[in-house]
Amino acid sequence: MIRAATRIAGMILTLVVSSFVIFAAMYAAPGDPVTFLIGNPENITPERIAEVKAQYNLDQPLIVQYGLWASQAFIGNLGTSFQYHQPVAELMATRLPATLALVAIASVLFIVAGVGLGILSALRQGKRTDSTITAATTLAASVPSFVIGLLLVSIFSVQLGWFPVSGAGEGFLDRLHHLVLPAVALAVGAVAIVSRVTRQSMVEQLSMDHVEAARSFGLAPAKLVRRHVLRNAWGPILTMVALVVASMLAGTVVVESVFGISGVGKLLVDAINTHDFPVVQAVLLYMVITYMVVTTLVDLVHPLLDPRIKAKDKKS
Amino acid sequence: MSSLSTPTLASTPVIGRKKRDVAYLVSLGFLLLVVAAALLAPWVAPYAANAVDFTAIWQAPGAGHLLGTDQVGQDLFSRLIHGARESLLGPLALLALATVFGVTIGTVAAWNGGWIDVVLARITDVMFAFPGLLFVVLVIAVFGKGPATAIVALALAYAPVIAKFTRSLALAEMTRPYVDAYRVQGVGGAFLCVRYIIPNLTPPLLGYLVVLFGEGLMSLATLSFLGFGAQPPSSEWGLMVQEGQSGIIQGHIWPTLVPGAAIAAVVVAVNVVGVRLSDRLNSRFER
Repeated sequence: MIRAATRIAGMILTLVVSSFVIFAAMYAAPGDPVTFLIGNPENITPERIAEVKAQYNLDQPLIVQYGLWASQAFIGNLGTSFQYHQPVAELMATRLPATLALVAIASVLFIVAGVGLGILSALRQGKRTDSTITAATTLAASVPSFVIGLLLVSIFSVQLGWFPVSGAGEGFLDRLHHLVLPAVALAVGAVAIVSRVTRQSMVEQLSMDHVEAARSFGLAPAKLVRRHVLRNAWGPILTMVALVVASMLAGTVVVESVFGISGVGKLLVDAINTHDFPVVQAVLLYMVITYMVVTTLVDLVHPLLDPRIKAKDKKS
Repeated sequence: MSSLSTPTLASTPVIGRKKRDVAYLVSLGFLLLVVAAALLAPWVAPYAANAVDFTAIWQAPGAGHLLGTDQVGQDLFSRLIHGARESLLGPLALLALATVFGVTIGTVAAWNGGWIDVVLARITDVMFAFPGLLFVVLVIAVFGKGPATAIVALALAYAPVIAKFTRSLALAEMTRPYVDAYRVQGVGGAFLCVRYIIPNLTPPLLGYLVVLFGEGLMSLATLSFLGFGAQPPSSEWGLMVQEGQSGIIQGHIWPTLVPGAAIAAVVVAVNVVGVRLSDRLNSRFER
């Protein structure tokens, strides 16, 4: 209980500091923040300057301004986009579904492939299959996701015509059809990480005495893996999967750019290019919050799922 | 997108020793070849990096153009070689910058403890709150795009990671008897750190830095691909991929494939060399 409280307090503290960094970064920008906030030099008129100053409370000290911005953000008011002249919250709401769908499909792919290959690797430990899997996944993780994405488009969309070239699609099946390739591009790097953790965790469990005992009783290999190895090995695997999903939620920028998916990541890139600072701030804030909440949740839920950790905690 | 990972250099001893030796030598040879090509670019490259030839656009690899041409007839092989300079110097500069700051802060934090240690821990906490390249994106959003901003921003992101790694190494090093021996002789802390402790940390750090080099190369290429790093007319590899993107829909894969494969090949080679180097240096270090 105390552990959970300190963990959550720590998360909130880090969140406050990082949101302050996101907010204050704008003031570190060279030049007058007013011109920076307006962005497009053509829009700089005395009226617009006065309007922006009032809107952003620029006459107040920085810390007060941050307080105002943060409290507004807390109740869901993220300001108005310069580019789209639309509330940022609305803008993000329209962009989120595509990003979430992309991450969901990618997660299914990397979990199935990563855990599957990891198990296979552990069972064939030291054999050719094992080294091939390690080498192949490491190699795949060394190719940048934008290169993988473009190769997939070239082969499966342009040459074979199996998938659309870009966009996120409408409706369930169409969206799935559109997002499979981007999801593969997003998932490839994660497969190496997850399969490595799975293999490691499985290998550790396989060398345990109780597994050896079960094997000597003649338990079928499949049952042995399911009942005695995987059951004890899945703690680290689950943690890693959650961490990867958390960073994926904030890591779709590149893949969305490659496949022209108008998700949150694409929104961020466009906002940077058009100096649409309220949008940049909001998207960064969203990504940092999501990442931190998910990682903290993993930390908190983990001992509930695995009693051994709780026991260890009590002892120390 | 690659993210800043905590140091995990434990190589999996899956592949046999002989095979690893071969992989190491091949990787090292390949990297030397790439560096040599980059250094000698103006003399080795058959064409200038920006020699436009509209009579030879989108050619497949062949006799005239070893790796083909792009949408304005620029020779891809020549652009690759010229671009190798920026593609390799970028991560080098970023690591140099991050290492100077990271090693200094990490050693001071380990030696002094106290508030410097606490501040370092808080800074790394906040840095780790920004997943992947988000911190770098924030810096670029504020200071504008360009190769210099991208390098400095990435250096800022890497410095705390290196500092944390250095700190843990330095803490272990400080428990060794020779440190106390010098201390009782009245050797000053700063002198002891610079003269003895930091040099002793170099072997394990070096292997880690080599792996970080691969990660930095990939991150910089990613930023250039997004349009935040190198700008035209540079032929930095990430930028080359981005420029080649337009040809894909028309079925021209070479302008994307060539620089993309170059990035992947260098990153793989760097990782193989890095892991091998840290294995070897660490075992000597431990003995």
